[in-house]
Amino acid sequence: MPPLLGNRFDDGFVVTNLDAAINWARESSLWPMTFGLACCAIEMMAVGGPRYDIDRFGAGAFRATPRQADLMIVAGTVNLKMAERVRRLYNQMPEPKFVIAMGACTCGGGPYYKYGYNVVKGVDLVVPVDVYVPGCPPRPEALLEGLMRVQDKIRTMKTLAKESTVDVPMIPVRTGKVQLPEEYATPEKVNEFQKATKEAAKPAKA
Amino acid sequence: MTNTDIHALLQGQFGPAISAAEPTTVTADRLVDVCTFLKNDPRLRFDFLNNISGVDYLETDAKKVAKAGFEPHLEVVYHLSSVAFPGRRFTLKVSLPRWKDGVVGELPEVPTVNAIWRTADWHEREVYDLVGVRFTGHPDLRRILMADDWVGHPLRKDFEYPLEYHDIRCR
Repeated sequence: MPPLLGNRFDDGFVVTNLDAAINWARESSLWPMTFGLACCAIEMMAVGGPRYDIDRFGAGAFRATPRQADLMIVAGTVNLKMAERVRRLYNQMPEPKFVIAMGACTCGGGPYYKYGYNVVKGVDLVVPVDVYVPGCPPRPEALLEGLMRVQDKIRTMKTLAKESTVDVPMIPVRTGKVQLPEEYATPEKVNEFQKATKEAAKPAKA
Repeated sequence: MTNTDIHALLQGQFGPAISAAEPTTVTADRLVDVCTFLKNDPRLRFDFLNNISGVDYLETDAKKVAKAGFEPHLEVVYHLSSVAFPGRRFTLKVSLPRWKDGVVGELPEVPTVNAIWRTADWHEREVYDLVGVRFTGHPDLRRILMADDWVGHPLRKDFEYPLEYHDIRCR
């Protein structure tokens, strides 16, 4: 992946193409809409708070009006009565706009899929969704990951150039793999480690 | 005073309007009288209405109808408790046909108890919305949860879910 702002030529000069600069500005100042519908909103608030801090990604300015927002985080169950309002709010947002479906209910109906009489079976039936974040509710880290996926998507946008000037793969760059500690490096080591912990956990003989 | 005592007291007061056996079931036309008595009588003083629920007794599976043990009907259940006598609780039921006069689409009717317990207002709207019972004399009987233009009452056992609502696929 090329650096976002091109090659450095000399002290105080930066060369880049305009698309990359626009995309960089755009992805670094996503303004989400204050849009908590149900319990997922609590996790979204945690993301806005200092521990997870969505402000680090430039997306902390929750706007109370759709006209100033370009990211809609649909956090929570969307019922049929609300669906019309969701659609109207989406239509009021200025382009370019992005939607994150947060939680099992917004991804596909969740626990209300079969017997719920008033729940939309996935918010993608109402508005186009860019990124799905499953979970019930998703961890704050998962929502941050979803935000990064939106940023990946913005990075590939072409506003001016006819051809793609930025070769960013749409496939996630971050794999989400957890780096294992030394004890879990190989299966043999895992066996040894588990044996040792079992021994250690045994009560001492009287 | 146990619930059996209260049942006996109501039977002495209202006679045939009260069911012979417990749970206490009252006919719809005497409901307001019975509720007024339950609230105002110095021995009872049920001054708090916890909840009103609507129950749809209907077995939709044709194979299980014989075993169901009830005729298809609706019930409206009033859960009462007393602040004056702490811990005292009482349950009052009204049994209704599923449709008024057997005409499908005509909602059965119960007089409102809104004048006795003000909290009944929204509870009755909810029962009307989800189960489909018309509370006569209610000051503002609109839907409370579902959309205003919704058709049908979703907690009825024979409710058929619409295919589409305002261009949103529903099932």
